[in-house]
Amino acid sequence: MRFRRDPSSPSAVADPARGIELLGVRHAYGERAVLDGLDLRLTEHRVGVIGANGSGKSTLARLLNGLVVPTEGRVLVDGLDTRSAVREVRRRVGFVFQDPDAQIVHPTVAEDVAFGLENQGVPAAERAVRVAEVLERYGLAGHADHPAHLLSGGQKQLLAIAGVLVMRPARIVFDEPTTLLDLVNARRVARVIEELPQAVVVVTHDLDLLESFDRVLVVDAGRVVEDGPAEQSVRAYRKLMADR
Amino acid sequence: MTAPLYVAGSSLVHRTPAGVKLLLLAALAVVLFVFPTPAVVLGLLLLVLVLGLGTAGLPVALLLRQVRVVAVFLVLVFGIQFFVAGVVPAVVSVARLLALVLAAAVVTATTPVSAMVALVERVCAPLRLFGVRPARVGLVIAMALRFLPLVAERADRIREAQAARGGAVRGLRAVTTTVVPLVVQLLQLAHTVSEALDARGAADVPLHPEAAR
Repeated sequence: MRFRRDPSSPSAVADPARGIELLGVRHAYGERAVLDGLDLRLTEHRVGVIGANGSGKSTLARLLNGLVVPTEGRVLVDGLDTRSAVREVRRRVGFVFQDPDAQIVHPTVAEDVAFGLENQGVPAAERAVRVAEVLERYGLAGHADHPAHLLSGGQKQLLAIAGVLVMRPARIVFDEPTTLLDLVNARRVARVIEELPQAVVVVTHDLDLLESFDRVLVVDAGRVVEDGPAEQSVRAYRKLMADR
Repeated sequence: MTAPLYVAGSSLVHRTPAGVKLLLLAALAVVLFVFPTPAVVLGLLLLVLVLGLGTAGLPVALLLRQVRVVAVFLVLVFGIQFFVAGVVPAVVSVARLLALVLAAAVVTATTPVSAMVALVERVCAPLRLFGVRPARVGLVIAMALRFLPLVAERADRIREAQAARGGAVRGLRAVTTTVVPLVVQLLQLAHTVSEALDARGAADVPLHPEAAR
């Protein structure tokens, strides 16, 4: 856990119409560049990101809420720089990880959902109402006091999503949310994502998930090699993979 | 798979504050060891059973599970006491340990983790003077409880994977071949968990969270 100081008061300059901007972004782990030459503006309701393993997709996802800050360039969320206004950025951009076991940090379901609200200093009464609402919505109300580790894989992923949604972020980034799930649970999570009112960015290998997406980026060797409507990008990605 | 520790309910035992239950548990331990007479020990064991099974309505299986964990130890204690001091001291010794184990199980099964964590945070509140954030101490305890079963699951998975490939499943070799991959997996998990904590605003924990309770 990194406890960073965030001395800025960024709310005053936030402009939701700007969406997420990546300006001249390059990111390297040591000598190895994993992303390079990224200039993007994401304003669509649903954006997908696809690419081979190791292409840089997950690093790209982590850039969007400041979990990773770029080695070069800037990432702005609603005009707020992820480098200097990381707390405000994270309040605006929720993040759902591939492995829900790594995201669930409290022993029981309701306590875990309440975790983010506690961090935000939401009063106990409001917290209880919001937790109950979100558990009800995702069919977890009957599991509120159950140990999280006894949930099924699908339920854990729903719990991870509930833990983010309860914080009411304006945007949510999903990093391969269906990879560890069976077909039924993958469809269930896909439906949840489809019905979200929030803007979403979904990194995935599940091409069916992206059918109705407004925009899909294909990432290859750290660069965006295709950027367009879902059908066009998926076709380009299939061709790219077939040529290897 | 690890069984749930807390059993939801609204009995008097459930509603008793966590701090009071822990104090009573400590008092029980003191009385059991200061007055180790058959009447006191068996009476208190009966009281624990009445509170657990009767008042709190806990399932018998849950208490039996706790007894099973210490069964070998209880048999050992009984055997030694029986040969050294006779049957009555042996029964008293076993009943004394049993009463404590069952009382601890009743406290655990009737107290939500959140109440335990809140208690720890209250107890740690004076440490704020030294720059300690009680909420983080509570988080550490909650996370330890959350991740213990997960670590056990991962260790089982590694053992199964090794057994499937003809690896050792018992003995020192099995332990050593499990520990290294387990540590590697746990370090990877710890990295992702730290990211998740960041993403969920753990760094924003208020200095004085009482205001939010």
